[in-house]
Amino acid sequence: MGMKKKSRSVLSGVHFLSGDLACAEGAIAAGCRFFGGYPITPATEIAERMARRMPEVEGIYVQMEDEIGAIAAVIGASYAGKKAMTATSGPGFSLMQENIGLAVMTEAPLVIVDIMRGGPSTGQPTMPGQQDVMQAKWGSHGDYEIIALTPSSVQEMFDLTIECFNLSEIYRVPVMLLADEIIGHMWERVEIPPAKEIATINRKKPDVSPNEYLPFKPDQNLVPPMACFGEGYHFHATGLTHDETGTPKTVSIEEQSKLVKRLCEKIRKNVDKIVKVEEVMLEDADVAVLAYGITSRAALSAVRKARSIGIKAGLLRLITIWPFPEKLVANIAQQVQAIIVPEMNCGQLVREVERAAKTTAVSLLSKLGEDPHRPIEIVKALRKVTK
Amino acid sequence: MKEADLMLKHPLAKYLRQERMPHIWCEGCGNGILLNSFLEGLDELKQNLDRIVVVSGIGCIGRAAGYINVDSFHTTHGRAIPFATGVKLANPNLKVVVISGDGDLFAIGGNHFIHAARRNVDIKVICANNFNYGMTGGQYGPTTPLGSWTTTTPYGNIEHPFNLVHLAAASGAVYVARWTTLQVRRLKNSIKKALQKEGFSLVEVISPCPEIFDRYNKLGTAVDVMKWFKLISQVKHGYDPAKAEVAKNKIIVGEFVDIEKPSYGRLLREMTANVQDKLKGEK
Amino acid sequence: MPQKLWREPLDAQKTKLPKAEICIITDLCKGCGFCIEFCPKNVLEQSEQLNKKGKHPPEVTDESSCALCGFCTAICPEFAIFVVEKKGENNVGNEEKE
Repeated sequence: MGMKKKSRSVLSGVHFLSGDLACAEGAIAAGCRFFGGYPITPATEIAERMARRMPEVEGIYVQMEDEIGAIAAVIGASYAGKKAMTATSGPGFSLMQENIGLAVMTEAPLVIVDIMRGGPSTGQPTMPGQQDVMQAKWGSHGDYEIIALTPSSVQEMFDLTIECFNLSEIYRVPVMLLADEIIGHMWERVEIPPAKEIATINRKKPDVSPNEYLPFKPDQNLVPPMACFGEGYHFHATGLTHDETGTPKTVSIEEQSKLVKRLCEKIRKNVDKIVKVEEVMLEDADVAVLAYGITSRAALSAVRKARSIGIKAGLLRLITIWPFPEKLVANIAQQVQAIIVPEMNCGQLVREVERAAKTTAVSLLSKLGEDPHRPIEIVKALRKVTK
Repeated sequence: MKEADLMLKHPLAKYLRQERMPHIWCEGCGNGILLNSFLEGLDELKQNLDRIVVVSGIGCIGRAAGYINVDSFHTTHGRAIPFATGVKLANPNLKVVVISGDGDLFAIGGNHFIHAARRNVDIKVICANNFNYGMTGGQYGPTTPLGSWTTTTPYGNIEHPFNLVHLAAASGAVYVARWTTLQVRRLKNSIKKALQKEGFSLVEVISPCPEIFDRYNKLGTAVDVMKWFKLISQVKHGYDPAKAEVAKNKIIVGEFVDIEKPSYGRLLREMTANVQDKLKGEK
Repeated sequence: MPQKLWREPLDAQKTKLPKAEICIITDLCKGCGFCIEFCPKNVLEQSEQLNKKGKHPPEVTDESSCALCGFCTAICPEFAIFVVEKKGENNVGNEEKE
């Protein structure tokens, strides 16, 4: 028929998918060829999809003995040259924190999907939450920076998973897709573009010979080019503090400071390039709603409703929550009288907003263990602050 | 000849990251012997060094990965095996070796060990067993003999130790051997055999810890401990690993398991090939 | 020490016994004593000298007795001793040793 060979990795076309399934498809479209996982509600469907799909694209699915093993295998696969991912929820995310630190320290590009449910502990496995926001940033010990994106639709589960891979490859850092149970389990229309329209980025390779290669010598972007196992570079990587050659430096004050600062700076310095937000009706707003993930959908309805009753409200939807878009929030805070932050937790990202907003009033709209915020609840809050 | 030049003349010099020598291990520690035997095995097999990856966990022997001039990775405590699993599955052309200690592999990493053995992932585990946590100053661990003295068993150890070869055999390893650091030639041969075999292998290396465990237990100098190894080692190939417990008066050494079983990677590739064939048929 | 053989092998005149050169990197030695203790030919002994680490490295007492078995090389935890064959200096038979 002269039809072009259909790509098995990019299922171009319109689909009806759940967020979890769209995430798996996004990963495959981004070039992910290794999935190390462990079943957990509400992220299990990602593992199930990957188990079926990985052999179709000559990738690897391995179900490990726990989430500790899953992320360790993913770091290993990343160092062996694959784009690799794992997916989990709160309890598994907690188990992964140790090796998230290792991935940060050894600058392993990889993606961790956390479909947030209600915590602490086993909490409410089938209910939504946004309670892992701070854990994503601070869960492992030591100082470090990671990147975390928060999708608010099934389409974004696809799109942002690709973005996660690209960012992880550029910055050699673990990138987290922080979705919630609703986004993970919700079914929506997803448009998967033709493969050639999907921009995928691969890690920068060394352009020097193995003899000259220093595995942790950063380029001007503060990111070291990455050799992988089996390429003849014979390099060593360690979770210990190390110098540019990868040699452990366990008592050197200079090396500790140099390395840890660079690991933070490579993200902080590039905040403007990394951060993505959506601004709705903020130009003339007197009051802003700052939301992310599922709550941003209610927030959008609320802002529209508020406008219809004469309240000049605007929405700042964070797509990137880590690094936190501090400058942007500070600018908006100068312009508005108040910022409302609806969150499905007892108040996590609101603290960052307060810090950036300085003197502008910030109020938390907290919800736990039930349906997400209803637009009317946010409208009420907007009314209260604009009275 | 200058000492530095002489170092480079050592037959195993090219396998070492010379700039990191001398290593951190104490006088008489068995880790250096283990490393020596491993490198000699590599040398005799004429392995393509671009294809070797050494992974280690945390502890004294965890530093081994950093001393070997191949691609190597020093993971978090206990996670060498799952990391190595990811490496091996992602690139089956690589030969992946885990060199780590008894505490790392069998306490904090115990779950990973039994599952990697059960899956029969094609990785080679070389375990330095010195009966305690040396790096942190000598606490008891999963292999510390009953009644031994360590800093956290000031009244004597009341826990029963693992018999590592039995654990590996029961978990599904295709090759299991145990030697002491005195039997360097046999140890090297077992390492070579493990390297050439497909599937999950364990080579346990009973090793002196003269500065810590051996001192607390009044076992004498490193030479005394090695002589003691000589005295009580009994070579019994094919011996039932269940009965090969390490005792004060007897250490059964030898090859306990040497069987054939398809590795996880092989089954994975076969499954993938079947799926691919099916897809081609559907076109 | 050359041994007195009760019967001389038929090929004794043709057989070349390699001569050993024992190389010791004294400053790498941590003085564990394994090479000295386990040398089957007792070729080594502890030196009176102290090295940089303050340890007594081994020294060669009788290089000609070394059988080139390489056990010292294999058992040294420090990669501080190795044996190589002395090039072009083979002993022929036993006579040289007598």
